[in-house]
Amino acid sequence: MTLKIQIKERRVNYFFFSVATISIASLFMIMMFLFIEGLPIFTKVSVKDFVFGKLWYPTSEPPDFGIFPLIIGSLGVTIFSALMSIPLGVMTAIYLAEIARPGIREVVKPLVELLASLPSVVIGFFGMVVVAPFLQEVFDIPTGLNLCNASLMLAFMSVPTICSISEDAIFSVQKNLKEASLALGATQWETIIRVILPASISGIAAAIILGMSRAIGETMVVLMVAGGAAMIPGSIFDPVRPLPANIAAEMAEAPFGGDHYHALFATGIILFLLTISFNLIADHISHKYRQSGEASL
Amino acid sequence: MKAKIQHKNLRKIIQQAMFFIFRMAAAINGICLLLITTFIVSNGWHAINWTFLTQPPMDSMTKGGILPCIVGTFCLGLGAIAFSLPIGVSSAIYLNEYAATGKVLRMIRFGINNLAGIPSVVFGLFGLAFFVIWMKIGVSLLAGILTLGIMTLPVIIGTTEEALKAVPNSYREASFGLGATKSQTIFRVVLPAALPGILTGGILGISRAAGETAPIMFTAAVFFTPDLPSSIFDEIMALPYHIYVLATAGTEIEATRHLQYGTALVLITLVLGMNLISIIYRSWLRRKMI
Repeated sequence: MTLKIQIKERRVNYFFFSVATISIASLFMIMMFLFIEGLPIFTKVSVKDFVFGKLWYPTSEPPDFGIFPLIIGSLGVTIFSALMSIPLGVMTAIYLAEIARPGIREVVKPLVELLASLPSVVIGFFGMVVVAPFLQEVFDIPTGLNLCNASLMLAFMSVPTICSISEDAIFSVQKNLKEASLALGATQWETIIRVILPASISGIAAAIILGMSRAIGETMVVLMVAGGAAMIPGSIFDPVRPLPANIAAEMAEAPFGGDHYHALFATGIILFLLTISFNLIADHISHKYRQSGEASL
Repeated sequence: MKAKIQHKNLRKIIQQAMFFIFRMAAAINGICLLLITTFIVSNGWHAINWTFLTQPPMDSMTKGGILPCIVGTFCLGLGAIAFSLPIGVSSAIYLNEYAATGKVLRMIRFGINNLAGIPSVVFGLFGLAFFVIWMKIGVSLLAGILTLGIMTLPVIIGTTEEALKAVPNSYREASFGLGATKSQTIFRVVLPAALPGILTGGILGISRAAGETAPIMFTAAVFFTPDLPSSIFDEIMALPYHIYVLATAGTEIEATRHLQYGTALVLITLVLGMNLISIIYRSWLRRKMI
């Protein structure tokens, strides 16, 4: 009887374990299929020419597969959006965790969550019909669909990520650190800036990197508002064509199994590697530099 | 003495000033959300009427309604969650109830974290290469459901784990003390207690799947089909993709603006509505627990 139960229990355990491996299996499959479909392009173009090539004319004869302008476009919108989303996200997190009264916190926190849940296509649409004409008029530029507009819209999308992860980090700072600081006569503000922030800086850094990783991978916004010109931008009002936008815009036209098709998958590989390395860095920072006590303050 | 008091006042003033700036930063988030929603609502509600909600698009999508898109988005959201909820909940049960800390657990967590960070367009590429072409499913509702299902897995796992963690250990101990086995404890004690939290996660998963565009662009959605999907192997229309198509690729971008606003309004009502429900429900649950 007990043996039967033990066997049954073990089976249940194995069942849950095997289901839990589906996530990692999916990750592996995604990687595998990206490489299977993307690597063939490197028989035609060298990796160096692909990554650093300055011309992207996939349909001309002979075609040019250089994604350097697209990489610059992606990095450009990510960095400019980070300039806005980092201060905004971190400040909102500090406000929520340390300054806001519980009643206000109960209202503001869901607002940030709702902002995170807005579909990207709606934010892109807003950027097209409201922000683009506005920028065009105010700065007197030929088109409002450009790097600046895309960065603004992306900042919208990465603020909630940065905010909620930083807030967790700030919230998990040990209470005795804070109390000691207040007991020594520091004001609440001095406690925040000199004790709580240093103690949670690794978590905040991880949050910032994850927010940037979200921005670099976001597709619909950059597809709709970045302008779509595959060239290295000279100013923030130039149109750009980030990696995800390029994939989304051209995949439908690329004939299956052709060079263009493989080149787009190879673009996907680059994008995948970029975001995975961002995630690994964030993971590393939050584990290695975790504040575990008072000692290292 | 006087200098000391002044110094103290100065510190107070600095604090007030800085707190003001932080308050403004937090307010900007609310203002942005308000700005976008009021803009969509005020422009979109003219377009909403019975015909709009119950008719397919007509005259090469310059007139008519969006019924196929609404149905398509519902099918995608529900299908994706039907796929990912069982897998996600089981994974979370393993992680929270069974797994011992060690290499295996770290590997699985690594997989989930990285799956959560993959760009949506890469999911689209994977769905195209694997489901559509390699498994020969073709551009169809099923391929879209599977792609979105994998994409929503991390959301489900995360929220389920949180719900399981919130079940007090005394429940488990009481059940063990009565002689129940581990699986009996999980199925009859832990899961029922965690069910509301898991359902909240499910709603969030649906709303996430319903709002995504890039993963369905190459796997499920098409510009136009006049018919509603009759099987999971049919191509479908979906709200987010419809907005994108009308706003960028249509022949009459300006003339169909009202349709774009209307579609966007329906989409954000759906997505924000589901999120709002889960947020309110969750805060009610928390209050009940305390």
